[in-house]
Amino acid sequence: MEDILTIGGREINNRLFIGTGKFSSYELMRNVLECAEPDVITVALRRVDLGSKTENILGYVPKRCIIMPNTSGARNAGEAVRIARLAKASGAGSWIKIEVIQDNKYLLPDNIETLKAVEALVKEGFVALPYMSPDLSIAKRLVDAGAAAIMPLGSPIGSSRGIKTRELVDIMVREIKVPIIVDAGLGRPSDACECMEMGCAGVLVNTAIAIANDPANMAKAFKEAVIAGRAAYLAGLSSTRICAAPSSPLTGFLR
Amino acid sequence: MSYYDIYLKYKNLPLEKLFCNISPLDVKTAIEAERQSEFQFLALLSPAAENYLEDMAQRAHDLTLRHFGRTIQLFTPMYLSNYCENQCAYCGFNSRNDIARKRLNLKEVEKEAEFISSTGLRHILILTGESQKESPLRYIKDCVKILKRYFSSISIEVYGLTENEYAQIAAEGVDGLALYQETYDEIIYDRVHKQGPKKDYMFRLDAPERAAKNGIRNVNIGVLLGLNDWRREIFFMGLHAKYLQDKFYDVEIGASVPRLRPHVGDFKIPCVISNRNIAQIIIALRIFLPRLGITISTRESSKLREGLLPLGITRMSAGSSTKVGGHTIESHEGFNVPQFEISDTRNVEEIKAMLAAKGYQPVLKDWERLIPLYIMIIIAIVN
Repeated sequence: MEDILTIGGREINNRLFIGTGKFSSYELMRNVLECAEPDVITVALRRVDLGSKTENILGYVPKRCIIMPNTSGARNAGEAVRIARLAKASGAGSWIKIEVIQDNKYLLPDNIETLKAVEALVKEGFVALPYMSPDLSIAKRLVDAGAAAIMPLGSPIGSSRGIKTRELVDIMVREIKVPIIVDAGLGRPSDACECMEMGCAGVLVNTAIAIANDPANMAKAFKEAVIAGRAAYLAGLSSTRICAAPSSPLTGFLR
Repeated sequence: MSYYDIYLKYKNLPLEKLFCNISPLDVKTAIEAERQSEFQFLALLSPAAENYLEDMAQRAHDLTLRHFGRTIQLFTPMYLSNYCENQCAYCGFNSRNDIARKRLNLKEVEKEAEFISSTGLRHILILTGESQKESPLRYIKDCVKILKRYFSSISIEVYGLTENEYAQIAAEGVDGLALYQETYDEIIYDRVHKQGPKKDYMFRLDAPERAAKNGIRNVNIGVLLGLNDWRREIFFMGLHAKYLQDKFYDVEIGASVPRLRPHVGDFKIPCVISNRNIAQIIIALRIFLPRLGITISTRESSKLREGLLPLGITRMSAGSSTKVGGHTIESHEGFNVPQFEISDTRNVEEIKAMLAAKGYQPVLKDWERLIPLYIMIIIAIVN
């Protein structure tokens, strides 16, 4: 059976989503996208210069990709809503990664403002994918508000610390019915693999690829890790346990 | 509370002695710490740290890559007016200097804007001398109205404003502020600012805070290197930046460390700062404040600017001129005295090519001014 992720009515084969910031050139970014063949990429609207031919980042994104603009720079729900509308008006489609950040030091999202933005934007017909700090109740509210997927952070943006929020994300994977896509903080392909083994629907990676010595091959490594992790999840991982299973059980006499 | 309260806490400490007492072990611990205390920042600025510059540079480079990637944001200054009521000993616009004074009219502003935006830049920094009479807030606002059509981000480097004035200018579309204390030392401050409104140390010290509180989203502070002992000055500037970051966590805080350059007038530069010192400053700032924006000015040579890039720089100016109307009209008229001499005179294309060769993406646009809802609706209807 084919394993296809569906978000907002679009079929997604490649569960590695890629962020487009931090690359040393647009050509390199294009090269990475051609190597890793993501179905979904995200781009900050603040970086898009539609008026410029050579400097328009969107001109370097392969046609096959779903472009998911993000609301980077928004400090509250109102600003996120306005950026989303601007993205739509400029022809970037109706997908939007909602990013509401008031904290410039750690770039951690504001869940409450994020929820308000999702509520407003879904009503306007957007396919909303909110970036959030993992929290089950907020995630449930985001789903109720119509979020197409939930994007909890693994650790702070750019930190490469991996999936430090594992316990919280794990609970969300079990309880939330829309796809969970871990976004931010994944430093190594093995981190991405771990997320997929847990049952996440996908991961979004930017920094770890963009600042690698060889971004194209790093992107490939992430792509393969995501495939491996997904395959392991589907195949059914044996549950791990801390203790060894003793060959002479203490309660054997009760049998 | 103001940053002044924090400044007072440290001001009377024997900082020179503390700098000299830093041991190699203090430096190593400071480099490796997960987060650096004020004391560890001091260690990174110390003479002992000079022997560990390479280790520090590696850490600073790693932090810069993580937080900002291989990108450098570009902007250019646009001088609107050189009328000035101040007598700053180090500045070419000093009101006592006998130079031709000029203020761009709105047509000239538009001409400059057209030219600069044709280079692809979307971030602009507008500057005036300090004269409420010749370049009042109303004039600056009129200029901003024009510039908004050409640029997605507008920063101002003008005289300090009141809270209400910052709110007004932010509402007009200004998102960034550059305002340098020049020196945190009150005695030197008083001595080099001989006359004029800038003499008010406290009003200037609190200006970044007033701006951050009133809708300016990008606040840049700085010291003018050469006026005083640099270790001391950078220590106080670093603490100032941290204070602003902690207090206004939704505002991007940045810093600049311009070195005194030759200019019209007879001011002798009191303290010499070497290229090695500049490198140490940028590295120490990056390690102490990983998310701090750091701008390197065209006052520095192209070679030094390129060398400093990977150590923590996030922004640089390109195609700079420090003359009023310097982008399009200065050559036709006789008022071509710059505020200070620039060293890196390369234009936007040349800077872009240099960045590409060094493995950096020049970012010409990194902001989107949010337009009012009714304009959005018009766009939607037109589409």
